[in-house]
Amino acid sequence: MNDLVNEKTLVELSTLAALPFEPEKSKATLDALNEVLALVGQMQSLDISDVAPLAHPLERHQTLRADAVTETIDASALSQNAPLYEAGLYFVPKVIE
Amino acid sequence: MNLNFATLTDLQKALRNRDVSATELTQHYLTRIDALDPALNSFISIQAETALDGARRADERLARGDARPLTGIPIAQKDIFCLQGQRTTAGSKMLGNFIAPYTATCSEKLADAGAITLGKTNMDEFAMGSSNENSYFGAVHNPWDPKLIPGGSSGGSAAAVAAGLCAASTGTDTGGSIRQPAAMCGLTGLKPTYGRISRWGMIAFASSLDQAGPMTRTAHDAAILLEHMAGHDPRDSTSLNEPVPSFSEGIGKDIRGLRIGVCREFFTEGLDPAVERSIREALAVYESLGATLVDISLPHTPYSVSAYYVIAPAECSANLARLDGIRYGHRCLDPENLQDLYQRSRGEGFGEEVKKRILVGTFALSAGYFDAFYNRAQKIRRLIKEDFVKAFEQVDVIAGPTAPTPAFPLGEKASNPVEMYLQDIFTISASLAGVPAMSIPVEFANGLPVGLQLIGNYLQEGSLLQAAHQFQQETHWHTLTPPEAL
Repeated sequence: MNDLVNEKTLVELSTLAALPFEPEKSKATLDALNEVLALVGQMQSLDISDVAPLAHPLERHQTLRADAVTETIDASALSQNAPLYEAGLYFVPKVIE
Repeated sequence: MNLNFATLTDLQKALRNRDVSATELTQHYLTRIDALDPALNSFISIQAETALDGARRADERLARGDARPLTGIPIAQKDIFCLQGQRTTAGSKMLGNFIAPYTATCSEKLADAGAITLGKTNMDEFAMGSSNENSYFGAVHNPWDPKLIPGGSSGGSAAAVAAGLCAASTGTDTGGSIRQPAAMCGLTGLKPTYGRISRWGMIAFASSLDQAGPMTRTAHDAAILLEHMAGHDPRDSTSLNEPVPSFSEGIGKDIRGLRIGVCREFFTEGLDPAVERSIREALAVYESLGATLVDISLPHTPYSVSAYYVIAPAECSANLARLDGIRYGHRCLDPENLQDLYQRSRGEGFGEEVKKRILVGTFALSAGYFDAFYNRAQKIRRLIKEDFVKAFEQVDVIAGPTAPTPAFPLGEKASNPVEMYLQDIFTISASLAGVPAMSIPVEFANGLPVGLQLIGNYLQEGSLLQAAHQFQQETHWHTLTPPEAL
């Protein structure tokens, strides 16, 4: 199989995945991705046109629950993990100039 | 009694008879961790103070005569389970300073049953790996030979039990991450039916595959731990609402008439001949116990690795999207803008294997490739499930090797990802089908542990544990311990 991912697709994939595109590592990354995709490509040889996809191994529907608050977690327990948090706000770089 | 390698049942008895106190036992393991873990690196963090506090409360309970089933038993937990107020890293720099705001359901259930957590064990980053070489906190060494890998991703949990640093441990298994390290460290490890144990509070890798399970010295111990981990949890929408039987009560029955399917696709050319000999020897033991061996086929097994390496990365790319350096997790220094913050934080926070799988998953889910990859993999997943459904019309249990080789040297497969992925070739199909499966030690190969994999029908963990326990009544492989001088 020809390589499925080239440098242009790698740039697009990196953007979609919110990962940095690192030109100096691009050859190694491309080789690694194409090696995995070649392994994965083995499944292309099966005729599966009549088979329905399986999302849940036991084919059960996910249970739904009432849209009601069942528990709360103290905000300070959550905010202590934030890299930059002040006065109840998570700080990010300026978005609107 | 040798406390180092005592079983849960031995320890339950010793604690109740006051032969040892929970505090002495906890201190004993903590001392061993101090002495031996620098050579193994099986723990990421040790909670000595919390553990000793728990042990003091356990001793009070024991003195009052109202001990719970696991009161005073020191265990270790894979560092993928959130424990409130404690650092939970998933083996990643990304979560290197993450303090869990709540406790995983199955960890809470173990604590309610009286278990004491000594610490959190090392693992492949976000459970992605088969050798435990992908941890930000360094590789784990196999207690049987520190030059070898312990298996992965629950490699720390396996090494800690095998080295006698705790009585038992918890692990998680997405494609073989409990069974393969159990095989390589000479332990009993069980991946239950998908949904048997709640995933609440267990950091997600691939949500339709992830399952927690016990890693122990014996099948009896696995039954005890499973009883206290399993059960319906309304907080996990994929948790099964099924009764949890008393697994430890049912395992004493003999297995005469048990039909064991020997799957021909599990005896392929990649299987180490020494491992195959050990597996055939184990099957002969089963015949001597009155089981019948039935030749069976799971014809789509050869496609399982391909389907898995689409489904698992696709789910991981979605699950790990939440790690963006804003609400928690690693944040890069001086981001220029929001996009730079996301990309650099994730680029610095994730290791190479994790980034690769995110990219593979992003590719498989992207427009133009979804049908050819993700949808196709989900279809193959159905064929693999149907193979098992058909097989279980003929047999009660399926047996074969857990892994194609015994433990291999650190670094040996690090540069060959496909060879590493094939480590899970025998374990992945049970994960995709969602059926329960376990690994138990059988005859060693070249002085190293080998695992026999037993796969059961949906919710039939009891039959697996019974088959495993009966084997362990006849053999001594599970009682062997690594050389003391590590």
